[in-house]
Amino acid sequence: MPFPRLIPCLDVANGRVVKGVSFVGLRDVGDPVELASFYSDGGADELVLLDITATPDDTQTMTSIVAQVADVLEIPFTVGGGVRSVADASRIIESGADRVSLNSAALASPWLITAIADRYGSQAVVVAIDAGEGVVHTHGGRVATTTPTLEWAVEACERGAGEILLTSIRQDGKRTGFDLELTSAVRSAVTIPVIASGGAGSAQHVADALRVTDAALIASIVHENPTGLPGLRREIENLGIQLRPLKERA
Amino acid sequence: MTDVIVVDYGAGNTRSVRAALAHLGKSSEVSSDPGKIAGAPYVILPGVGSARSAMDHLNETSAAAALRDRFADGGAILGICLGMQLSLEMSEEDGGVEGLGLLLGEVVRLHADRIPRLGWAIVEPWGDAYYFAHSYAAQSPDSIATSDAICAAVQRGPFLGVQFHPEKSGDSGLDFLEQCLSRA
Repeated sequence: MPFPRLIPCLDVANGRVVKGVSFVGLRDVGDPVELASFYSDGGADELVLLDITATPDDTQTMTSIVAQVADVLEIPFTVGGGVRSVADASRIIESGADRVSLNSAALASPWLITAIADRYGSQAVVVAIDAGEGVVHTHGGRVATTTPTLEWAVEACERGAGEILLTSIRQDGKRTGFDLELTSAVRSAVTIPVIASGGAGSAQHVADALRVTDAALIASIVHENPTGLPGLRREIENLGIQLRPLKERA
Repeated sequence: MTDVIVVDYGAGNTRSVRAALAHLGKSSEVSSDPGKIAGAPYVILPGVGSARSAMDHLNETSAAAALRDRFADGGAILGICLGMQLSLEMSEEDGGVEGLGLLLGEVVRLHADRIPRLGWAIVEPWGDAYYFAHSYAAQSPDSIATSDAICAAVQRGPFLGVQFHPEKSGDSGLDFLEQCLSRA
């Protein structure tokens, strides 16, 4: 089994990182390229860049950022937000991202999962699910659908998704721990890896999530202290979770 | 002269490979031109996409023949992920695809806990962790390294192929690429 992964998530709007990133240790905290590189040096196993503007006229900005990130980053990264067509996915992957994350577009057009997987392989398609009260939500978690979470996760998997990015709406932003029950239920229902998201407030929370699933998405816990990522990794390892060994270039 | 030709087959993520090469001070060009593949000091066959469309593209552009000739002449080639898989005799992906046949063996669907197999894993006997993202794997007598008992690298003559992504494997990956290039 590959090592469990620790995945910082950067929210990007109009080309800038938003949402509570601390200035400590960074020259320009709003620059996604610098922050991505900083987290990579700090031992992130992967990154997620989420375009939260994702208006049609913003695609150029994001494509340019993806290319710049690809040029400095030697770890994999996923780009989400605003991927609504195979052409969107192509633009992002050909700019250097490893994977795209589909959310509401996949719900509206499930065939999109298959179309992108056929072209770039399943490993290139992440389906993001915002889950709460047993059903899938849209619009950043504000609108409940009638689609049961487990049913949609299984369908996404069958249609060719390579991973599920599962956010618990209840836990998101609360920093009181991941929804382990939800994470375990979804992971048991599918045969692809599952990234737990929503609720990371401490090393203990992350370690607990990594005991039940393949990867954990982290946001404010690192953004508040970007230099603290190596320390967070050590704490998680001290709690008995073996992360990948980091290597320094000679 | 360009240090490395990165072979283009339509869907590959060539940008990350080129970025890693630039990091090592190597110039590179993306091309499927048979003359360039023949003459380059080093050739990388990268890897993202599906086996059939990649192989079709290599055949249509005559890059496939150029890679076979280069191999026969002893010219160094590094295959990454799908690029490694395509170098074998055949792949069961996409209902069966004939490969370049530079190496013995075939590519089969993974039998792993979770598929795709995603993430960093130790490669033995080398000892470092590299990034993997695959649903298929090689079964080859030319295997020289494994990860979780899955083929992680193959070698025959001037061809070295790896299942992991050195261009996405941080400092371990850069060290690996540097060694490959220095041995060429």
